[in-house]
Amino acid sequence: MKNYILQRLVYMVFLLWLVSVVTFVVIQLPPGDYLSTYISRLEQAGQDLSDEEVDKLRAQYGLDLPLYLRYVKWFGQVLQGEFGFSFDYQQPVKDIIGERLVLTFTIAILSAIFTYAVAIPIGIYSATHQYSIGDYIVSIIGFIGLAIPNFMLALIMLYVAWKTYGMNLTGLFSPEYIEAPWNLAKVGDLLLHLPIPVIVVGTAGTAGMIRVLRGTLLDELNKQYVITARSKGLGEVKLLFKYPVRVALNPIVSGLAWLFPSLISGGTITAIVLGLPTAGPMLYRSLRTQDTFLTATLLMFVTILTVIGTTISDILLVVVDPRIRMERAAE
Amino acid sequence: MLSRIGRLGKKAEAEPIPFDESYYLASQWQLIWRKFRRHRLAMFSSVIILFLYSIALFAEFYAVNDYQQRHVKYAKAPPHTLYFVDEDGNFHLRPFIYDLKQELDMETLQRNYSEDRSQRYHLSFFVQGEPYKLLGLIESNIHLFGVDAPAVFFPFGTDELGRDLYSRTMHAARISLSIGFLGMVTSFVLGCLIGGVSGYFGGSIDMIVQRVIEFLISIPHIPLIMALSAALPHEWSSTQVYFGITVVLSVVNWPPLARAVRGKLLELREADFVMAARISNMSDMDIIIKHLLPSFASFLIVVLSLAVPGMILAETALSFLEIGIRPPAVSWGVLLQNAQNIRSLSQSPWLLIPGIFVIITVLAFNFLGDGMRDAADPYKQ
Repeated sequence: MKNYILQRLVYMVFLLWLVSVVTFVVIQLPPGDYLSTYISRLEQAGQDLSDEEVDKLRAQYGLDLPLYLRYVKWFGQVLQGEFGFSFDYQQPVKDIIGERLVLTFTIAILSAIFTYAVAIPIGIYSATHQYSIGDYIVSIIGFIGLAIPNFMLALIMLYVAWKTYGMNLTGLFSPEYIEAPWNLAKVGDLLLHLPIPVIVVGTAGTAGMIRVLRGTLLDELNKQYVITARSKGLGEVKLLFKYPVRVALNPIVSGLAWLFPSLISGGTITAIVLGLPTAGPMLYRSLRTQDTFLTATLLMFVTILTVIGTTISDILLVVVDPRIRMERAAE
Repeated sequence: MLSRIGRLGKKAEAEPIPFDESYYLASQWQLIWRKFRRHRLAMFSSVIILFLYSIALFAEFYAVNDYQQRHVKYAKAPPHTLYFVDEDGNFHLRPFIYDLKQELDMETLQRNYSEDRSQRYHLSFFVQGEPYKLLGLIESNIHLFGVDAPAVFFPFGTDELGRDLYSRTMHAARISLSIGFLGMVTSFVLGCLIGGVSGYFGGSIDMIVQRVIEFLISIPHIPLIMALSAALPHEWSSTQVYFGITVVLSVVNWPPLARAVRGKLLELREADFVMAARISNMSDMDIIIKHLLPSFASFLIVVLSLAVPGMILAETALSFLEIGIRPPAVSWGVLLQNAQNIRSLSQSPWLLIPGIFVIITVLAFNFLGDGMRDAADPYKQ
């Protein structure tokens, strides 16, 4: 068990290093760099830079180095806990991403909780009431959640909140609280803004989760141990939760491995539409301005969040499922 | 409620498969088709999908107006209401519309539209209108429906430039639907090749490929797609961008497919018929293509049909964020750009209509995939 966790952790570190290489290369793909965009903007404004000035700027930003040297230099900084300088924000990357990453992770976790809280009861209900009206209604709602693009659901919910309550729920805070220090009123304001992103991001995974749970539970309910237990006079509720539901929850736990990346992914677009102060909108902006170090760092951290989520689910699965535990022990 | 749990054991009552002679003589595909036909939702979905693709093929025929034409007098006009009963309470079998009159509210500077009830414009089918070339070959000017001039019919209203949203939605089906299909084919080829090689040879090749796949899967999709499509050069033409986005989507989508193919191949590799082929000196590639792939073709089709909606959703999201398909090319995502903020949405909610098409398409593909999965599973009754 310990070996297994250690093995996963080592692999995770290796994965993260690979991610840093790939993201760095990917964001260098577009022609031009931040400086060329910047210069053309200056030229449009009627300001001309001499070649010398351009070269000086280039050297200042480290853009005169070849790609691999730029990477080595940046990665060296990363190892020391520095992530380079954001051209666009004119601040060290480290200073501007912290809070955003925390919020991103918070929303992903809340959405995961939402997904489970909705999917597990519904999954059990629709398996125990197969082909009932409730089963159909729930399945249809789940499917619509799957089919509706995240951003569209977000727009519709904003629209409804605006029409019925006259509230503009874009962002995570009302304007007066954005710069305010943390206090009870700010938390209350946050709680008012949180449901929309959490629901929007959460619904996308719910349908899949319900389907998996319903399918496994139906299979389990047909097995002989259920009949045996029933014939011995075990109450239906106790029977249901003591055996079949436990078995059926296994794929749900391992589902966290794919749920988490999809929550971070889905959260990106939703956050852009809703204007949330998370990593998504910042990544979107930095991609468009070719803000190299900021993009690379954000992509890397978003992946780190995903890999952490996946690793946790792998380890959790070993903890939950005795069969897998035995297999690992035998190895 | 709890007494119902007792009935769980029984599966739904399915119609018994007729045990006549033809059942035993039917080929694998005939059996699958028989089962599929009984899945009503999947059958219905395939009709919907065929209809949607017919829109993509014959968009000009389904459209009412030229989709790029700006009707200045009708900017941000709401969808026309179809009437059957006129002002005097007379019923008309043929639905009709009233022309819209624009008024500018001097206080809010908003355009308000009112109906000009003096003249009815009846709707008719197969009307003559804008000339076009069907499939780029056949010249025609027949449209599915329309109203007589001088009125202009806007079934879904117009955008802020006064372009007919309905006709734009029909034309947008082209890119939205074909990109899902093309992306699927590309990732299919990639996934089968790489997954096939990995599963068939096993050993260290398998090891490396699997690590690469795990790596690609662990990068969150949307940020990766965003990064890649932001890398498409600005000066590219619409067609180049279109293929660029397709490539981006398939680069991201092949790994899960390759993984599925490999898993299935590992299972089949030990089968006797593969051993027989190997003994008879068949080349590796031939064994993969001629024996292994066909033996799980049904499984592949299911995986593929479930992959299409994901691509359509991804394209819609990218175009919506202005890093996908670029105007003047239209896709459903491009059309939804108009509804980007809550202000324009509260003024003209009909701008969300193209999104309904996305939802219908994704739902239909999901149901179709489900139906095919059930049909292709020989153990499922």
